[in-house]
Amino acid sequence: MTKLEINGRVQEVDADPATPLLYVLRDNLGLNGAKFGCGLGQCGACVVMADGEAIYSCLTPISVLEKRKIRTLEGLGSAEQPGPMQRAFIEEQAAQCGYCIPGVMLRAQALLERSPRASEAEVRAALQPHLCRCGTHMRIVHAVLRAGELMRGKS
Amino acid sequence: MAFRVLALFGLLSILVGCAARESVAQVDAPKSFPREQVVKGAELAHIGNCMSCHTAQGGKPYAGGTPLKTPFGTIYGTNITPDAETGIGGWPLEAFSRAMREGLDREGRHLFPAFPYDHFTKLTDEDVAALYAFIMTREPVKAENRRNGVPIPRAAVGIWKSRYFTPGRLQPDPARSAEWNRGAYLVEGLGHCGACHTPRNSLGAEKKDQAFAGGEVEGWHAPALDSASPSPVPWTVEAMQAYLRNGIADLHPISAGPMVDVVHGLSQVSDDALRAISVYTASLDKRSDEERRRAREAALERARTAVALKGHAVYDGACADCHNRGREQEGGALQLPLGTALTIPTPRNLAYIIRDGILPHEGERGGWMPPYAGALTDEQLTDLLIYLRALSGRPAWADVAGEVRKLSKGER
Repeated sequence: MTKLEINGRVQEVDADPATPLLYVLRDNLGLNGAKFGCGLGQCGACVVMADGEAIYSCLTPISVLEKRKIRTLEGLGSAEQPGPMQRAFIEEQAAQCGYCIPGVMLRAQALLERSPRASEAEVRAALQPHLCRCGTHMRIVHAVLRAGELMRGKS
Repeated sequence: MAFRVLALFGLLSILVGCAARESVAQVDAPKSFPREQVVKGAELAHIGNCMSCHTAQGGKPYAGGTPLKTPFGTIYGTNITPDAETGIGGWPLEAFSRAMREGLDREGRHLFPAFPYDHFTKLTDEDVAALYAFIMTREPVKAENRRNGVPIPRAAVGIWKSRYFTPGRLQPDPARSAEWNRGAYLVEGLGHCGACHTPRNSLGAEKKDQAFAGGEVEGWHAPALDSASPSPVPWTVEAMQAYLRNGIADLHPISAGPMVDVVHGLSQVSDDALRAISVYTASLDKRSDEERRRAREAALERARTAVALKGHAVYDGACADCHNRGREQEGGALQLPLGTALTIPTPRNLAYIIRDGILPHEGERGGWMPPYAGALTDEQLTDLLIYLRALSGRPAWADVAGEVRKLSKGER
């Protein structure tokens, strides 16, 4: 059994320690926010946070994640009570198909927690590892900048 | 083979008449001895590990019955409590001394050399008397001796003794320290370490020219104590002393098998006796200090490499999916034993690659590997680096943890 702390809740997981976190999130825990894209850490759809840093959940075995604080899309807020990052994406209408968005949000969350006043250039650089096939890049960048404002208390 | 030779010996013994000696008259052994003598005898009994063969599991101390499996059959430790009928209560010191040093029982019959009188023969009169005092002050236990399962006539043992047994005290080596000589006396005599640690010939006699070259006991191999010692880290006096006292010493395994009883006995022995034993035992390894140092370093190196196992778990989860596949398969990457970053004198390149991945410049194409920054802790990255280095077959990197620490502090 592997103990994982996900969104502030410690859960025991009965899975091979070499299993990537993504599979455990989706298959064992029903947390379907993180998406399977490439399985190779190339597309960013699976990104979650561990101890405040963005990681590819498709590449990271649960064996290395014990005692770490994992945060997923579900930890950013709910449909009823969206957090600032989610509110910003809704306000900017940044999602088209939406498949890449959870990964983008978690990467952006890590960035803003590290640098609350990240510039547009920094946002673009941070999101570089994320692919969006719909082409909503401009809206995504605006949404992240907006999320920064919301977190800083501007509405 | 051994059997046939033994049968021949048996036949010869009858012909030659290598028979028993005269018996020593029974007496009522004294019941009381000076306290110091008994205390000394107790320590000697621990060094000689008398308990191991003369006390059955769950049985009364020294009442015998312990099976000792030998290549010639199972022999049972005898009752050496001072019970007059079933033990050795009727043995005067003279008989006890003769058993210890000449391998004859009170009635003058040859004793099987499973009783290591080939070692005990080196004992001084004083020590034999102390042992006698200790044994004769134990609780007498009525327990008949078990019949031995060794199909060899006692007389044949007489022939064996004439060939392989040299009675006599140990001559000190004046070139060596008093401590070393005391150790030699205890190890070669009462301790009978060679009984297990020296190989035996087909007739069960220790090969004197291969003393301490490693032997067999009850299915266990007793490792060599001489220069061929297989101990990964060569023994030192200090390590040996700690091991014999506690059954454990730094950089050495814990005692196991028949050695557990030996250590149990030695744990009761005085520091100076143990020190002497350790000084002598460590001196059996005659390799130069330099050779021993190299052996030690190499062993520690291998041990460091084995930490790799921790890194293997990280590899298994984080890397294996692509890197075990090889490039022939889709999504596969180079098998890492082929990686150059593993072979260079520093772990830095590999650490950078794992942390930051290999990413093409923005908008460009190029080689690619995902970054693991954030996914692995410093400790996990360290374990992984050590593991990967081991795959290269080269000596481990020095201070991988330190390099990783610098890296995560941004000092590199």
